[in-house]
Amino acid sequence: MQGDVHAFRNVILKLSGEDVGKCIQCGKCSAGCPLTPEMEFMPNQILELIRTNDEKRVLRCNTFWYCVSCQTCSVRCPEDIDIAKIMNTLRKINLEKHVTPSPREVVTFNQVFLDSIRGYGRVYELGMVMKYNLMTGQPLKDASFGPDMFMKGKIAILPHRLKALSLIKSLMDKSRRLIE
Amino acid sequence: MTESSHDKNITLLTYSEIESVKGSIGNFEVTIRKKARSVDMIKCTGCGECRQKCPQKKIPSEFDLGLGNRTAIYIPFTQAVPNVPVIDRETCIYFTKGKCQVCSKVCPTGAIDYEQKDELITEKFGTIVVATGFSLFDAKAYGEYGGGRFKNVITSLQLERMLDSSGPTAGKVVRPSDGKEAKDVVFLQCVGSRDESKGLPYCSRVCCMYTAKHALLLKDHNPESQSYVFYIDIRAGGKNYEEFVKKTQKDYGAIYIRGRVSRIYEKGEKMVVCGVDTLTGTALKIEADLVVLASAMIPNPDAVELAQKLNIPYDKYGFFTEAHPKLQPVESVTKGIFLTGPCSFPKDIPDSVAMSGAASVGVCAVLSKEELIVEPKIAWVDDERCTGCLNCIKVCPFDAIETRVVDGVPHARVIESLCPGCGNCASTCRVKAITVKGFTDEQVYAQIEAAMEKV
Repeated sequence: MQGDVHAFRNVILKLSGEDVGKCIQCGKCSAGCPLTPEMEFMPNQILELIRTNDEKRVLRCNTFWYCVSCQTCSVRCPEDIDIAKIMNTLRKINLEKHVTPSPREVVTFNQVFLDSIRGYGRVYELGMVMKYNLMTGQPLKDASFGPDMFMKGKIAILPHRLKALSLIKSLMDKSRRLIE
Repeated sequence: MTESSHDKNITLLTYSEIESVKGSIGNFEVTIRKKARSVDMIKCTGCGECRQKCPQKKIPSEFDLGLGNRTAIYIPFTQAVPNVPVIDRETCIYFTKGKCQVCSKVCPTGAIDYEQKDELITEKFGTIVVATGFSLFDAKAYGEYGGGRFKNVITSLQLERMLDSSGPTAGKVVRPSDGKEAKDVVFLQCVGSRDESKGLPYCSRVCCMYTAKHALLLKDHNPESQSYVFYIDIRAGGKNYEEFVKKTQKDYGAIYIRGRVSRIYEKGEKMVVCGVDTLTGTALKIEADLVVLASAMIPNPDAVELAQKLNIPYDKYGFFTEAHPKLQPVESVTKGIFLTGPCSFPKDIPDSVAMSGAASVGVCAVLSKEELIVEPKIAWVDDERCTGCLNCIKVCPFDAIETRVVDGVPHARVIESLCPGCGNCASTCRVKAITVKGFTDEQVYAQIEAAMEKV
């Protein structure tokens, strides 16, 4: 550990406004997180890795892709650190730096989800599931649920389109411009 | 307490409050409100007949923290001094509904006096020692720990009452929901303490040790029991403290888990505690009979009000500020007022006892001398310059300036025993009539020049 030992901590601070230096490593974030069994590192470990400037291990792990932004960690953090926001920042850095994301499916899902929003202004469940399953090479994965869900009115064959679709499009274009 | 009540040099004024404080060191004039006890202190023999016969029996006892009941006429706890009961006028049937008077009928000495009124007495004192103690943080602020909804989530102080053999459960640790003996008990440290989001970033200092004591006593009282302690860091700095915690872990089988608990919920009869072991990186759930919260030590709710009456400074939490955190830990900035115990910051028993000893000696040092020696760096008024605008009185935070008439004109005068030399008055005075000795303008300029020479 030499050179600018606070480099990664400062990057996170700049992009998210959250300082991991406040963390007292109590572990309350990890204790409440519903996704810890799936994560390579627990949220408190991620914060410690950021603090010890271990950018490589943080960006290559799957933790922030499994984070569902339920914000339980942020709400219960005794130091008022918005951990969910840090996870979101890590996702952003990961995509920008083109570090291989550990679970590729998560990125694919995010893309398919956003495509659906862009195309219809809301989620078109059937199309989204089919597209996702095709892209991840498992076309028949959820086929057996289809009829039941259709009968119960949970999914529709055709997409519902939002009336003000152009507004959604301009919103998304604007956010893309902001990122670029 | 009993000993001090028999000492001829000590006057105990129980059930009394400070109404106002005037004057300064060596000459405090304190008005005390002796609250109406509704019982004649002299006639009462403490036989306890009134307490036995009082029909109002189901009032949650403050001393037992709601685990036991008391009557409307009561003494706070068995060894209370003096052994004279008080009538709680808010719950007493006679005071609320106008009928009953059972206590008066059964009292063999006729000591009950419903007409008694608060009494104000004013006395002079040389010094004041503030030992008002602390309050417990209300864990209801934690919704994730039940916010007070779960009967089987209690505070450490409630457990302390349970462990008392003369307490409400006669020394048995039970589940308040059904009275069954608790087997698996989970202790949560740092509830409120070290929690910036609850406004208490400080460590309460005592919880690590009393939690270890509770875990040890629990095993002692019930060998079948198992305790789990969730901690962030163990702070066992003190003589034999570390050894004690180790003994609890090694010989009494307490399982210590490093991590804060995120949530507690009810599952049937059990409480499920969701925590994490940050050392192994495993999330875990423990099914417990009883959960004990080590709540933070906070100042009394009326601490600020008292500080304003005494004219002593306090910090952002409401703890009284000492004159110097390292060199004058038992003295307040206001001379003649001493602080001891957790009214200035969370403290354990040995520290509080040591501070009380130091404060007593500090009192003796003041009272044993004919004259008071004060610091030389205090404010001084030049009578020839003073115009009598008396702005200095308004800005003095220590009430250390009084008026004195010179040739028919009011002048400011510094009360030397009170002035700590803060300099507020000197910088306010428009005609430069006030200077702080040792900090005259010339001296300050000379200091600046000397400092600038090196730059």
